[in-house]
Amino acid sequence: MERPIDLELKKLKEQLLTMAGEVEQQLSLAVRSLVDRDSQAAEAVIAADERVDAREKEVDRTAVEIIVRERPLASDLRLVITATKIAPDLERVGDHAVNIAEQALVLNRMPPLKPFVTLPRMADIAKEMLRQALTSYVEHDARLARQVIARDDVVDALHEEVFRELLTYMLGDPQTIPRALALILISRSLERIADQATNIAEQVVYLVEGQDIRHVHGGEERGV
Amino acid sequence: MSENVRFSLQNLTCAYSGQVVVRDVSLDIPAAGVTAFIGPSGCGKSTILRCLNRMNDVVPGFSLSGRVLLDGEDLYGDSQDPVLIRRRVGMVFQRSNPFPTSIFNNVAYGLKLHFKLTRAQLELEVEQALRAAALWDEVKDRLQAPATSLSGGQQQRLCIARALAVKPEVMLFDEPASALDPVATGKVEELVMDLGRRMTVVIVTHNLAQASRVADRTAFFLRGELIEFNRTVALFTNPQRPETEAYLLGRLA
Repeated sequence: MERPIDLELKKLKEQLLTMAGEVEQQLSLAVRSLVDRDSQAAEAVIAADERVDAREKEVDRTAVEIIVRERPLASDLRLVITATKIAPDLERVGDHAVNIAEQALVLNRMPPLKPFVTLPRMADIAKEMLRQALTSYVEHDARLARQVIARDDVVDALHEEVFRELLTYMLGDPQTIPRALALILISRSLERIADQATNIAEQVVYLVEGQDIRHVHGGEERGV
Repeated sequence: MSENVRFSLQNLTCAYSGQVVVRDVSLDIPAAGVTAFIGPSGCGKSTILRCLNRMNDVVPGFSLSGRVLLDGEDLYGDSQDPVLIRRRVGMVFQRSNPFPTSIFNNVAYGLKLHFKLTRAQLELEVEQALRAAALWDEVKDRLQAPATSLSGGQQQRLCIARALAVKPEVMLFDEPASALDPVATGKVEELVMDLGRRMTVVIVTHNLAQASRVADRTAFFLRGELIEFNRTVALFTNPQRPETEAYLLGRLA
């Protein structure tokens, strides 16, 4: 049975997915600007950030409209609430993509410090986490969401690894400090993106199960 | 039984002329706060409400099994006096039903019936009841005017004042605002919430937004059965039963 609200909810989901697609593209482009030393790509990421910000507002507007017009309840209400929480997470991912692009611009003006190994891997995992978190939202799949949450630790560990390695560079040769710092900031952004994906996944668990698992420490309690 | 339960329904089954309309409902209504009964038409919510002060007694063909306890006492026990029960458990209906007399006499009626008061005491009690029903300021200068000269919303608050005058421990509301405009509805809802801070309040409503605004707890009924009873926010955001979910989503077939 199609209800008037179904159309509106579909629109909300579509807006969120469009935003997610754009954010993902921003992230891919930012990582490429770093790995391929492509400063044009970095500039494109920075220029496109406004569009992502506008998408966030668009999602909010639709959500408010649904709340006012349809007074959603039960799972409808949870869908709207989670959309308004996921959009800012995506917007933050967009900001991190910009941070990465900005650091890439700095790095591209200097000779490479070392070949990229861990950072692209981190980027791949973070991107996949983001994609899976969004898939779990669309498909109401709490199991997939919990898998995303479990992977956050992997990215955290990689970030620590990158940090320690770059520290040795800086200690060994002060000339590497600007480049090592830029790389640490990039690693930090990727680690934060994985956190945003985790936040989104936590919202999906709330959406599907009505259970708020945020700020519960330890994997067991979060059911991962 | 725990101390803070006001009503305890135990396997309550009701029928009109043999047709079962409430089936095996067991429910504890806490003494504090507002409890809402929701559900589609014919779900039995009003019938159950009317069992809480034996208002169904006068309906021909009505029969009941199971027990309704008020503070641990069986309301349908042999020694119970329905008139006394209705003093303890006041009721306000969907349509305001003021007596065809003055505003003052409407409120004074129950007081005269139940208590021996001097004129001064009576006037004081009437004023207090009208104040409690948030009507005093609007009628204090025309207490002798006919009740029917009041607006619909005022008439409904007059009925609330009339019920409050005899100092009930419980107030029952059966769709109290369904015939009122949004402003008058807001006043009645405010009153319901205010009363809920001081006494047990049970409200039947088909208006989900109203239940979510005024009630601390909500019970959902379907086809005479209790489906789910929970804190209102929990029930409206995360219902545990598929029937409740379907009803809240407007998907109930």
